[in-house]
Amino acid sequence: MPETEIDTSTPRRLTWRVAEVSGVIDETPRVKSLVLNVAGWPSHRPGQHVDVRLTAEDGYQAQRSYSVASAPECAHVMLTVERIAGGEVSSYLASDVQPGDKFELRGPIGGYFVWTVAIGGPLFLVAGGSGIAPLMAMLRHRAALKSTIPAVLLYSSRTFEDIIYREELDRLAARADGLEVVHTLTRRQPAGWTGGARRIDRKMLASVGPSPKDKPKIFICGPTSLVESVADSLLDVGHVRQLIKTERFGPTGA
Amino acid sequence: MDQPKEACVLDGNAVAGLLCELFARDVTTAEVRCSACGVVSEIGGTRVYGGIMGAIFRCTHCGSIVMRLVRTPAGTWFDMRGSRRLFARYEP
Repeated sequence: MPETEIDTSTPRRLTWRVAEVSGVIDETPRVKSLVLNVAGWPSHRPGQHVDVRLTAEDGYQAQRSYSVASAPECAHVMLTVERIAGGEVSSYLASDVQPGDKFELRGPIGGYFVWTVAIGGPLFLVAGGSGIAPLMAMLRHRAALKSTIPAVLLYSSRTFEDIIYREELDRLAARADGLEVVHTLTRRQPAGWTGGARRIDRKMLASVGPSPKDKPKIFICGPTSLVESVADSLLDVGHVRQLIKTERFGPTGA
Repeated sequence: MDQPKEACVLDGNAVAGLLCELFARDVTTAEVRCSACGVVSEIGGTRVYGGIMGAIFRCTHCGSIVMRLVRTPAGTWFDMRGSRRLFARYEP
């Protein structure tokens, strides 16, 4: 599908829409993906997010932001939600939600943390835990357009079981279309594990990622501590601040 | 991105929805020039403290407050005293 078929227009007024859950996918013990039908969804660009609003019977409202994990080329909107202890929105979305349930969302939001094939590469994606979600939208979009733009995903998870989209990432890497996927497991590694076995550090970024001289577009998403240490290390290695885009999602996570 | 109760650091991009309520367009790619150090940052890349109720936007270079946004039941306050100017490209 050519790039021009993606509707990149942003609605003038950001309006709340009703999302109906059409499917729930268990990604890991703590993470679910929700497949949503959203009437009037204006499509999105990979990396954008939505605000989700839940309203209790007494009128109390809670609002959180979630990245869109699906490609714009996909008919449905997918959100991937990690259950966080005490998280009043995530505990509903990642535990209790059933197909047929409805809630409100608005979006797509934010043109800053966005990559499309038209922007070009090389692409260097660094994820921690559920921070993979917006980066997955970019990789799904890249695959949907059959792009061969060189791309590297460096993905940190706690354990093998905590790797979100593991099989799909294996399939995407097996296409041999210029995408390389590198995992690192910080807490426990299965027998025979050949990937990384520590937190992402400067040495790992330098050995896995594209060279700074290739001016890669870099997107980092994950817990604040990971995002900040990765961004600082990338600057040390010689990458340019203007090409590094970050999306922090608070102090918890991988 | 479920935010815990304590204040945490986010990116300007994370509160794009709040900004959209005010500007009626996306301004995360708009550039803001810090009045303290003069460095230009994209709003989406500023360091944001806060969340849905309001946000403090800090310069990516020197950390000075460039913008404050507070949402009240009656409306939204927006204070730009820390910025020299804002530049927003026309949308495609």
